[in-house]
Amino acid sequence: MDENQLSSAGLREDLMSNDELREQSEELVDMILTKINDDNVTNLDSEDFEQVYEIIGGISISRAKQGFSPRETGAYIFSLKNALLEVLQQEIINDPVNLYESAMKINKLIDSFSVVTFETFIKGREEVILRQTDEISEISTPVIRVWDGILALPIIGTLDSARTQVVMENLLQEIVNSGSSIAILDISGVPAVDSLVAQHLIKTVSATRLMGAECVISGIRPEIA
Amino acid sequence: MDKIPILKMGRFLLVTIQVDLYDKLALNLESDLVQMVSKTGAADVLIDISAVTIVDSFMGRIIGNIANMSKIMDAITVVVGMQPAVAITLIELGLPLSGVHTALNVEKGMELLKKNLF
Repeated sequence: MDENQLSSAGLREDLMSNDELREQSEELVDMILTKINDDNVTNLDSEDFEQVYEIIGGISISRAKQGFSPRETGAYIFSLKNALLEVLQQEIINDPVNLYESAMKINKLIDSFSVVTFETFIKGREEVILRQTDEISEISTPVIRVWDGILALPIIGTLDSARTQVVMENLLQEIVNSGSSIAILDISGVPAVDSLVAQHLIKTVSATRLMGAECVISGIRPEIA
Repeated sequence: MDKIPILKMGRFLLVTIQVDLYDKLALNLESDLVQMVSKTGAADVLIDISAVTIVDSFMGRIIGNIANMSKIMDAITVVVGMQPAVAITLIELGLPLSGVHTALNVEKGMELLKKNLF
């Protein structure tokens, strides 16, 4: 039974090395086989399955980070169902009622596994997105020392309150670190300045003034003026 | 009870706040400082708040008050060494302290006052 599932699961994926896949599948199948018994097969919340869920979660998150599509990750878990059903079909040939019942149990079990898979897959993807968002906001607010005591801060893209906060914090921290007395805020890369953005700019300028530095706004385009 | 020392240095009064201000302390500082200005006839007041990490709207108002009172007493107030977090908080509270001169550190504050003297 073990061999059958392995070969079946192993054949379906070609996006990662076969050995790695085999190892992963073997771990999963071994864990399921050690934990599953007649009592808990219908009880999906049973504590026995916690370790199985952990392994599935681990596989799912690693796949999300490796860039597998949801379909491929889903197919991986569902391939287990096919393998199990094939085994059932071979072993229970003469008892359709028993076959149906066992198939239903397997169905429910694998369905619950796949729900966990998707939850963790999406969580993994969201982590990646969050990290990228952080990186973008870090990169998009550089503070440059252009001269002794003069900082420049080109702002590119729209200014919302979250971004203003980051800009303000970076600028003020840099003023303290470098002891600069003048900060140049270049807004030529800001596509639209409405009253909210203007308010954010005024806040940044006032905060700079409170720190004891002067703030100059440059790059105001005619239409913004 | 805690008391914030007010040091006289020539024409300057130097106030360094080394502890986190609480309301009573701030009110005492306010009255002490005005008394000192009138007693010594100091022309300039320099308040160093680089060690202050927490402010609320009351504290912001007191700092503004001190500056305005000194102005009435014919002394210029410079607040120096404000922490970035404090500056952001005051702005978010809508207290830009428009009547107060600011400088990045004590050195720059002194320079600013000396320039104003002549």
